[in-house]
Amino acid sequence: MMKNTSFNPKGNRTIGNRLQEACECTVQSSKDRCNSLTSGHRACQGCGEALGARWVVDAAMKAAKGKLLVVNATGCLEVFSTPYPETAWQVPWVHSLFGNAPAVATGVAAAMRVKGKGDVRVLAQGGDGSTTDIGFGCLSGMFERNDDVLYVCYDNQAYMNTGVQRSSATPPTASTATTPSMGHEPGNVFGTGKNLPLLAMAHQIPYVATASLSDTRDLEAKVERAMSFSGARYLHVLVPCPLGWGYVPNDTIRLSRLAVQCGLFPLFEAEDGEVTSATKICEPCPVEDYLKPQKRFANLFKGDKKSDKRLAQMQAIADANIRRFDLLGDEENCK
Amino acid sequence: MKPFATVLEAGTSLTNKTGSWRIERPSYVNRLPPCNKACPAGENIQEWLSLVEQEKYEDAWREIVKHNPMPAIMGRVCYHPCENACNRVVVDNPVGINSVEQFLGDMAIREGWYFAPAAKSSGKKVLVIGAGPAGLSAAHHLAQLGHKVTIKESQKKAGGMMRYGIPQYRLARKVLDAEIKRIVKQGVDLQLGTKVSDLNVLMKEESFEAVFLSVGAGKARTTPFPTEKDTRVFDAVSVLRDMEGKDKPDLGKRVAVYGGGNAALDVARTAKRLGAKDVTIIYRRNREKMPAHDFEVEEALEEKIEINFLSTIKSYQGKKITLEKMALDKSGFPQPTGKTERMEADCVVLALGQGVDAELFDGVDALKMEKGIIPVDEQMMTAQEGVFAGGDMVSSFRNVTISIGHGKKAARCMDAWLRGQKGASSKKHDLASSDRLNTWYYEKAPRRNRKLADPAQRTDSFDEVIKGLSQTDALSEARRCLSCGNCFECDNCYGVCPDNAIKKLGKGKGFEINYDYCKGCGLCVAECPCGAMEMTPEEN
Amino acid sequence: MLKQVEGSRAVAEVVALCRPEVVCAYPITPQTHIVEGLGELVKAGHVENCDYINVESEFAALSVAIGASAAGARAYTATSSQGLLFMAEAVFNAAGMGLPIVMTLGNRAIGAPINIWNDHSDAMSMRDAGWIQLFAENNQEAADLHIQAFRIAEELSCPVMVCVDGFILTHAVEEVDVPTQEQVDAFVPPFEPVQVLDIKAPVSIGTLVGPDAFTEVRYLDHKKQLRAYDVINNVSRAFKKAFGREAGGMIRTYHVDDAKTIIVAMGSVIGTLKDMVDEKREQGQKIGLVSICSFRPFPSKEIQEVLQKAKHIIVLEKSLASGQGGVMSAHVKLSIDKKIPVTTLIAGLGGRPIPKKSLSDFVESMEKGTHGELHFLDLDHAVVERELAAFEQEKGRGR
Ligand SMILES: Cc1ncc(C[n+]2csc(CCOP(=O)(O)OP(=O)(O)O)c2C)c(N)n1
Ligand code: SF4
Ligand code: SF4
Ligand code: SF4
Ligand code: SF4
Ligand SMILES: [Mg+2]
Repeated sequence: MMKNTSFNPKGNRTIGNRLQEACECTVQSSKDRCNSLTSGHRACQGCGEALGARWVVDAAMKAAKGKLLVVNATGCLEVFSTPYPETAWQVPWVHSLFGNAPAVATGVAAAMRVKGKGDVRVLAQGGDGSTTDIGFGCLSGMFERNDDVLYVCYDNQAYMNTGVQRSSATPPTASTATTPSMGHEPGNVFGTGKNLPLLAMAHQIPYVATASLSDTRDLEAKVERAMSFSGARYLHVLVPCPLGWGYVPNDTIRLSRLAVQCGLFPLFEAEDGEVTSATKICEPCPVEDYLKPQKRFANLFKGDKKSDKRLAQMQAIADANIRRFDLLGDEENCK
Repeated sequence: MKPFATVLEAGTSLTNKTGSWRIERPSYVNRLPPCNKACPAGENIQEWLSLVEQEKYEDAWREIVKHNPMPAIMGRVCYHPCENACNRVVVDNPVGINSVEQFLGDMAIREGWYFAPAAKSSGKKVLVIGAGPAGLSAAHHLAQLGHKVTIKESQKKAGGMMRYGIPQYRLARKVLDAEIKRIVKQGVDLQLGTKVSDLNVLMKEESFEAVFLSVGAGKARTTPFPTEKDTRVFDAVSVLRDMEGKDKPDLGKRVAVYGGGNAALDVARTAKRLGAKDVTIIYRRNREKMPAHDFEVEEALEEKIEINFLSTIKSYQGKKITLEKMALDKSGFPQPTGKTERMEADCVVLALGQGVDAELFDGVDALKMEKGIIPVDEQMMTAQEGVFAGGDMVSSFRNVTISIGHGKKAARCMDAWLRGQKGASSKKHDLASSDRLNTWYYEKAPRRNRKLADPAQRTDSFDEVIKGLSQTDALSEARRCLSCGNCFECDNCYGVCPDNAIKKLGKGKGFEINYDYCKGCGLCVAECPCGAMEMTPEEN
Repeated sequence: MLKQVEGSRAVAEVVALCRPEVVCAYPITPQTHIVEGLGELVKAGHVENCDYINVESEFAALSVAIGASAAGARAYTATSSQGLLFMAEAVFNAAGMGLPIVMTLGNRAIGAPINIWNDHSDAMSMRDAGWIQLFAENNQEAADLHIQAFRIAEELSCPVMVCVDGFILTHAVEEVDVPTQEQVDAFVPPFEPVQVLDIKAPVSIGTLVGPDAFTEVRYLDHKKQLRAYDVINNVSRAFKKAFGREAGGMIRTYHVDDAKTIIVAMGSVIGTLKDMVDEKREQGQKIGLVSICSFRPFPSKEIQEVLQKAKHIIVLEKSLASGQGGVMSAHVKLSIDKKIPVTTLIAGLGGRPIPKKSLSDFVESMEKGTHGELHFLDLDHAVVERELAAFEQEKGRGR
């Protein structure tokens, strides 16, 4: 889903556009965005999670007309934003544990309901580890009860805060501290992991979407859409991590883009368990373009038969996504 | 009382100045767009396109005329090297710069936009000889600099090659007249039909403190093949010049044009419009090697003009032309094959290039021609102090736009010289080459071309072949510009900074980096679509 | 109003009267009847502005309560045994964040072996989590402690765990005076949080604290527990004034003034012990009883005062610190004069009945000096000796 303006061929993908009022473009282009996560936080240079969190929470703040409470799971985002004596959050924010953010959010939402402040909305957020692994029980419970919470997963595909260990969101072949690049199957093995957006859809919650840092408009539109529903909503944002993925910090957005364009990270939306839209790939590229700049995938590029085969397996995953979500764009939907 | 340490006041992280982490620093820069670099008149194309984009048409026009006082003319006759250099080819195809320029030029004429006279008079008198593009351009810029300008032109009308070399179907005379009139109206004394014979005497008599020579290159080359006494051989220069007189040249029904440059095409297409049935261009090399611009060749072919490639004229006797077929050698030079062909024509028009008419400078020693041109220095000054020259007479690369550029440069150098200084060669920014761009952000957008008159009908008259863009199309073309090397306020840098270290100052005011917090990740620079930012290492 | 009700029902009704705003529940025996009762009361509309949330685990239950409390709502949950352990991380967290949640713990043994019956191992496992832990002697007190708990918790910004012996109290039908809404409203003022998620005054709650301030945070937590002594006593006194009966406080004593032997215990076993004390007193023995109501904060001062003249102390414990002995005994020993001998009596593990006769026999035999420091009430010596012998034998075979 994309707020498009056929206005200006150089203004549709950029964050702002001087020819339009800020409100018609993106929250991030606005001078008055709330900078929910402000300067002085301690994220690494070029941290995708720090950026993604500001985009998401700013957009949610706008959609909620400033009436938003945020619950955060343990992880990089929490650690780099709130080390005593400084917090980088400018919104009301609470952190409890690694695995309970969805439940804490349920409690916050319940408190608002009983206090007659139903217009105050709740956003819970966490990394992929807290979302797909340790907090999944709480998340599933929150989904199942259809509590009025927007849960956002910032997926950097590993436990970054503890030093880059494998999570169930770590892709095959990626090397992490617990799936080292060794042995006959270097890195993370094939055939493992879970697809949280699809699991969320299986809960029949009102809204599920994936988003990437490569497309601010799309991401914000999804947050806005999510905020238009009440009940449990899930947004899964891919947030590259220069440290954990092994790439130069200024590549964060480029890699987000390549992840989408190669098909490994499909962008889609689903309502009540049904896919309602998928963003077409307009500049398709082989998975290699995305994988090669990242050190965690170095084991795929040894140039021997085995790594070629493994690379082909990665391509097959992307191709399957492309088929499943019908991602290939044509003239009509790719200008 | 709030609990100690576990509850913190919002936004307190601002005390943590993460700028100390930085080893490279981002900053905003202006880079030279390739179009600007390629423009012989030195227009800031990117800048005026950006003004059009914002629908500030008059501002855009005023930006053009800082460099080129004749946008309506240039929008028609310039061969637009800017478009050839345009970075947009990496996305789809070049921006139609020339057509937007024409649109602005036409709008200015329609709206009656005039030049404001110079704020302050310098009290100096300067002379311009020749009212062609270089002369008019110089006159305009000199006038804008506050000098009292006199132009002396030998022809009856001003315009030089623009009038006597470019056919009307490419440049309507009312457009030409309007733009000349506007230049003159700012207080330039235009003296027509005045041939200068002795420059030094004249300067003394009329107390000109500096002079700009721009008499062009109007002398045709001699016939390179044997002819008979009564065979009709013309040169392109005089055919095109005569088109401006009362009696149009009589070329007959079958016309052969010899040459492969733009003048050859101009003459051929003119002949067609004068009623010739068969017009054939004879050119010694092939289409790829033809110096004429592709679109002109295309338009000529549409008008059913034939081109006999790889041919030279061996002789023209009676009405019979003997052609020798050529073949290109390895280095692309045509070599005779010995094979001949014959064709018939009522006349042959030679379009083999022009030379400078040196007669004028006979009395001045310092104005000696070298290799067919008058040498000038960096400041456009000839060997004689205070005598500057430009246009076709100082360069073997000749076209109207180059001349306009010369006029501007010379005017600035003359102004400096008059003040006892040297014309500062403005320091150029780094080039905004296409590898500086992040083209992801530019979507494909089809180029809106100017419409051409129907080929079947256009040869019936001298009406302009190319029709100007509509306002919508002009706007859309301007918005296709990638804004190479110059910020177009897309907000990417502001939006992508994970550290919220960029401040948006508001529309038209740009952005500011807050180095207290910038960690130097380089994301802003990487995601700037147009290459208006750079990273530089932090000192120590 | 006097009612003949099951303990769980009494607790449920009283909690409802305390106007909780968010109640979260996950079932575990013997806590089930409490949350079932509350569910019914909420659904029937007897609790205004209350959200009853069925969660997927105890971890979620307390986490929901944490969220609700941080957002300024009065939050309540209940659990037992495995459930408490399942929420362990959140138990510490709620206290560290200073959230005044009230939780009923229907005390039950911890497995393995899995066992649904009463003892105090669950409560003891969380004794250092930072919660206030109050123990009820009977169903009336169980009900009354909940009224006090909300007030204590909110006054201190500290979570309170009300420990009610599983089955023995939770499932026992007794007469309980359930107060009126007006009485409770007058006693428990509306919740005014010291820290709250507020869109008008944004703060970050639950931050990361490093070595530079962690000790101070913990020190302040300790001070808060020390402050709780006064608060607990004051609230208990106020309660007596308002409701006309004793409940809560740090400790209660029974015939200690002239007692040579003093038994220290907590929870429902106090009733049996009182009977035994009465019997022994009739026989002329100088025996007394201390009932600990607040295990956290631990009433060291009170214990020291009442025990200083005793000749012998017996600490009856419903939990065992394997490899060490008794947790409560250790606490008592630290509080008193080292010269007074303390015997730990482990009793009632996993629901083993504590018959008055066994207690009485134990006291008697102890006075004869036949016991060491650690004694297990009604231990089946035949079984354990057989097992130990078998073990020795296997060891001998060089396994
Ligand atoms: C119960 C528990 N187990 C483990 C941890 C250690 N821990 C803290 S953050 C973290 C990793 C977080 O990973 P993720 O959720 O993906 O967030 P990221 O740091 O990658 O953004 C882990 C394992 C913890 N804090 N709590
Ligand atoms: S480790 Fe990764 S996710 Fe964590 S702060 Fe650094 S870049 Fe961000
Ligand atoms: S895109 Fe615009 S700025 Fe860039 S070269 Fe073309 S016209 Fe010039
Ligand atoms: S994105 Fe922000 S932190 Fe990174 S270099 Fe640019 S201004 Fe600095
Ligand atoms: S990113 Fe956009 S706003 Fe920033 S300098 Fe480049 S063009 Fe300007
Ligand atoms: Mg992670």
